[in-house]
Amino acid sequence: MAEKRGNVWVFIEQEAGKIADVSLELICKGREIADRLDVKTEAVILGNNLEGSIETLFHHGADVVYQVEDKALEPFTVLPYAEAIVSLLKEHKPNIFMVGATLKGRELAPRIASTMLAGLTADCTDLQIDNFVDKLTKTDHKDKLMQIRPAFGGNIIATIVTTWEDPQMVTVREGVMKITSPNKSRKGKVVKVKPEISASSKIVKVIERITQEKSIDLKKSQIIIAGGYGVGSKENFKIIYDLANTLNADVGASRAAVDAGWINHDHQVGQTGVTVRPKLYIACGISGSVQHRAGMDESSKIIAINTDPDAPIFSVAHYGIVGDLNEVIPKMIKAFRAKV
Amino acid sequence: MKRQLIVFVKQVPDTKNISGEAMTPEGTVNRAALPAIFNPEDLNALELGLELKDRFGYSVIVATMGPPNAAEVLRAALYRGADEAILLTDKGFAGADTLATSYALSCCAKTVKNYDLILCGRQAIDGDTAQVGPQLAEKLEIPQVCYVEEVIELEKKKIKAKRSIEGGFEVLESQLPALLTVVECNEPRPKAAKRIMKYKKAKTASELKKFHGNADYTDAPMLTEEEAKLKEKNLWIHEWNAAKIGADLQRIGMKGSPTKVKKIQSVVLEATEVVNVEPTGSGINKLIHELIEDHTLG
Repeated sequence: MAEKRGNVWVFIEQEAGKIADVSLELICKGREIADRLDVKTEAVILGNNLEGSIETLFHHGADVVYQVEDKALEPFTVLPYAEAIVSLLKEHKPNIFMVGATLKGRELAPRIASTMLAGLTADCTDLQIDNFVDKLTKTDHKDKLMQIRPAFGGNIIATIVTTWEDPQMVTVREGVMKITSPNKSRKGKVVKVKPEISASSKIVKVIERITQEKSIDLKKSQIIIAGGYGVGSKENFKIIYDLANTLNADVGASRAAVDAGWINHDHQVGQTGVTVRPKLYIACGISGSVQHRAGMDESSKIIAINTDPDAPIFSVAHYGIVGDLNEVIPKMIKAFRAKV
Repeated sequence: MKRQLIVFVKQVPDTKNISGEAMTPEGTVNRAALPAIFNPEDLNALELGLELKDRFGYSVIVATMGPPNAAEVLRAALYRGADEAILLTDKGFAGADTLATSYALSCCAKTVKNYDLILCGRQAIDGDTAQVGPQLAEKLEIPQVCYVEEVIELEKKKIKAKRSIEGGFEVLESQLPALLTVVECNEPRPKAAKRIMKYKKAKTASELKKFHGNADYTDAPMLTEEEAKLKEKNLWIHEWNAAKIGADLQRIGMKGSPTKVKKIQSVVLEATEVVNVEPTGSGINKLIHELIEDHTLG
């Protein structure tokens, strides 16, 4: 082999020094891929005065962390981030570059890919290494990244391959890669970088910024009781909360229920909400669009309650109850109270 | 000179409302059977553009890349209030991924030349990638403001816009020209009856030729005349190919696309293994008992 293969790179997203969960998920996945390719896992984190949060990246599998600091990198704006990352990619030539498919990641990665003339696949839900034969050009590509993603509103699953020069770039959906348990004794190397950021990257200014902590993070929930349009009204969501309280569970919702204004968006499960995989998911009055199913179909156990026996939600359910949730849920509460 | 903005739109198959007719017997989606619609967030982008026309007197140019029948979405935009329409169509554009698409669109914008703003929907419902907006901004070397909900101020050389961020919102100020990607943030205006009456006659060159039995300009001089008439009435939809926008043929279509599709699997709805629980007291008791037994509950 003429040239040594590049490493696996992961963009580490941080807000006020706190690393996003998806970045740790990608470090873990990156470690697995790097082991398969016999290369290193390297992380790149940007900001200003970043301290304290770096160690956890080593614990989860990073070998090297590029710590890029400049006051133009805080708060986040796309242009200086893209410029700093592009110059590192050109210098270090990684084989793969992974970015979380968050709001930030989804505006940053394409900007970078366009400059690098790199292939980029959005919202991957799985990544594998395999060989690829390009039938058009009749070329063999060894050990390429298989970039697997749903498309067409979730009706198809496509496997995409980048055949041009590295890096092979992907954004990866939040919550789909698993975080393996950290090894606290694992160490790595920090490389501090002082980036050069041109004036033309500083032409967008943040004038005002208002954020609120999420009212709930369903990604960590063990049991989720989710309500859909079939719940009927904001008031009637009380019955969903009653079941949740009884079972010590959290409340989720379909987009239809959120759009109707019955519950806030932090509770939304599905393609435009969160992806969850609890040990139990009870879908109440949710028909089960592909977008919703994409966010919950990996739950260990799924119970669907719906009056329509043909509702698509039953296709992913382990237990189906064809009936009115207003009658079924009180019976569930009663049954549970009687057993424990 | 009148200030101009360009709205890039896309005609997409309606992936959100898949009816029984579009399903194959195997339970997969027959993509060809889906109706073609105006990409929903592109309608929001168009509406924002038309609001800027109302507020600041902008001239709104709408453009799309697609097959000849994508002229349909351009007419839909003219019915709503767009001033001018451009169809980018060329066999060479086929098979483009987001990089090749954004390159072709950038050539189109450069051909238009004078623009303060480029607007596009955040993403299209057939691919949901949200990549073309930022890639187009990069190709034009202009700043991008993604996930825009509202334009707060627009001056001669800068714009202030509100956009959503994780857990809240942000107000950004950017120099012009800039590219905005727009989320579902407004109620797109309906097609105006008067405009429909007028613009249903709007045509591309291909449509004009087809209208005359696929005649050719060289042996049907009346085509030139009709074209001039349509132009005079502002009913001419520009039809531009790769040569017209000065696109490098190596960078468009399949050739200009670094990503290749290795495999497509249809998601099959399979109704197997579902345990049917009776909605009765005893049926539900048994279910809850089972879940407690296997430690899912309790």
